[in-house]
Amino acid sequence: MGAEFPPKEPSPKIVIVDESPIRAAILEEGLREAGFTGVVHISEMQSLLQRIYALDPDVILIDLENPSRDILEQMFQVSRAVRRPIAMFVDQSDAASIQASVDAGVSAYIVDGLKKERVKPILDLCVSRFNAFAKLQDELDRAKSALEDRKVIDRAKGILMKLKGLTEDEAYVLLRSTAMREKKKISEIAQSILTASELLK
Amino acid sequence: MSRALHIGFIPLIDAAALIVAVDKGFAKAEGLDVTLAREVSWSNVRDKLNIGLFDAAHLLAPVAIASSLGVGHVKVPIVAPLNLGLNGNAITASPELHAAILHELEGDRFDPMATARALARVVAARRRSGAEPLTFGMTFPFSTHNYQLRFWMAAGGVDPDEDVRMVVLPPPYMVESLASKQVDAFCVGDPWNSIAVDRGVGCILHFASDILLRAAEKVLAVRQSWAERNREVLAALIRAAFHAAEFSGQPENRAEVAHILAHPDRIGVHPDVIERTLAGRLNISADGTVRESRNYLLIGRDGAARPDPVQAAWLYAQMARWKQTSLSRAALDAAMAVFRPDLYDAALGRSAAAGALESTEQIGAFAGPTFDPGDLQTYLAAFGKPESTKG
Repeated sequence: MGAEFPPKEPSPKIVIVDESPIRAAILEEGLREAGFTGVVHISEMQSLLQRIYALDPDVILIDLENPSRDILEQMFQVSRAVRRPIAMFVDQSDAASIQASVDAGVSAYIVDGLKKERVKPILDLCVSRFNAFAKLQDELDRAKSALEDRKVIDRAKGILMKLKGLTEDEAYVLLRSTAMREKKKISEIAQSILTASELLK
Repeated sequence: MSRALHIGFIPLIDAAALIVAVDKGFAKAEGLDVTLAREVSWSNVRDKLNIGLFDAAHLLAPVAIASSLGVGHVKVPIVAPLNLGLNGNAITASPELHAAILHELEGDRFDPMATARALARVVAARRRSGAEPLTFGMTFPFSTHNYQLRFWMAAGGVDPDEDVRMVVLPPPYMVESLASKQVDAFCVGDPWNSIAVDRGVGCILHFASDILLRAAEKVLAVRQSWAERNREVLAALIRAAFHAAEFSGQPENRAEVAHILAHPDRIGVHPDVIERTLAGRLNISADGTVRESRNYLLIGRDGAARPDPVQAAWLYAQMARWKQTSLSRAALDAAMAVFRPDLYDAALGRSAAAGALESTEQIGAFAGPTFDPGDLQTYLAAFGKPESTKG
């Protein structure tokens, strides 16, 4: 559906509270592309409420890994610290969208009075960008761990070549056959060789 | 075949019964395969319980009530068939505020009425000198910490909404905020009070048990709909948590429990701090002053595990007192129905009469009339509006 606002309605002011600068940038970019121009990112959690009040946003998006989420819950109260109560995006009928946002790891807080139709595209975009980021992170982690594995295997091969007078190919075959026999990963066998050689030094 | 359960918790010592149930095998013995998920905020625990990502949770007792009433958030009826802990909070002040209160003190330093009146004089003096209002940290709008701080200061004549700032802070940020003077004091569960004292940035002013002798703190929470569909599983979970709580409450098991809880995936702090908390023996200031109370934290002893609807009524009364909700008979009944001693008794194979004997039904507040859930209006009227310290 995208951001089909009547032309006269100004873009709502959106604050992103996220300590991950990359994820915040991905989300911010997505929101801008969709025509939401007033987007501000807060990465510093000190005096969070004061910062938010100074910005006076219509929508606040926060990642669920952030302990400061509980601070935002305070905005529904009236007290000296909170002069202007804010409602949460609570739509009892829309369990699916709440589920989707929690699954993606993001939560939205909305100023009272902002129409549901205006919030929905923001939340949807937020969910898809958070999911995209999680996928990216996952791929990055996997690539990193593959690289680590390769380093460990190379070092284990070196040890085998030296101790048993094997060629590189023979060392690898030995690692692989041992891994198959013990139903373990090659990198695990390689790691135990490194550990053993440390101990026997 | 064992039943898989996902249970959320916040890394605090009163999650002990759940952690020990899993790590010491009480859950397995009941045929449960529990995965514990460590969470960073009460909002997350609440939401993940509400939408079914968690089957059960370590939850602030007032959040279970607020969620059941639909106050402040989506209405999802919750039931609490077991208390994970009673009490266990403390009020810790910066060394400066602590000294200022003791300087104004007339009476015993552990008498909350004396300290609350001293606080009122400190607040008034600050206003005269044009200083910023004092800031108090607590963990959540619907928390025992919020209500205990308010109850205490209001008794001395300090209006928590007008005379000071009350701010929510995630427990792991409390100590840093006190050190950096973002807050002047806070009310939180342990290990955070002890960590502030050990770091020399705070002094423990009160054990929350000075304010209320017995206060429902964290409950084992499940959705009401889930409880109805999973009666046997819930009974098994109640038994596992009960036995783990009893195990944790035995003095001879403290060292082992502290070791289990100290694991980085669980609470992740030094076992010594945990052991001191379980023993109710806390260093209260950096000079090594120790204070001991057997009421500091009640887990698995003195009938602490059996939920008491009177406690739920007291918490609901606090929500009404501080304008988080309005007073109604229907809401009071709904709040009291969150605490389910019947499920507890049934799971443990006890008669209601035997169960009732186990609980000592009292709140034991240091101020105000004896709590009567039958007449909240009169009870709350007795407190009136705190006289503001304004001139």
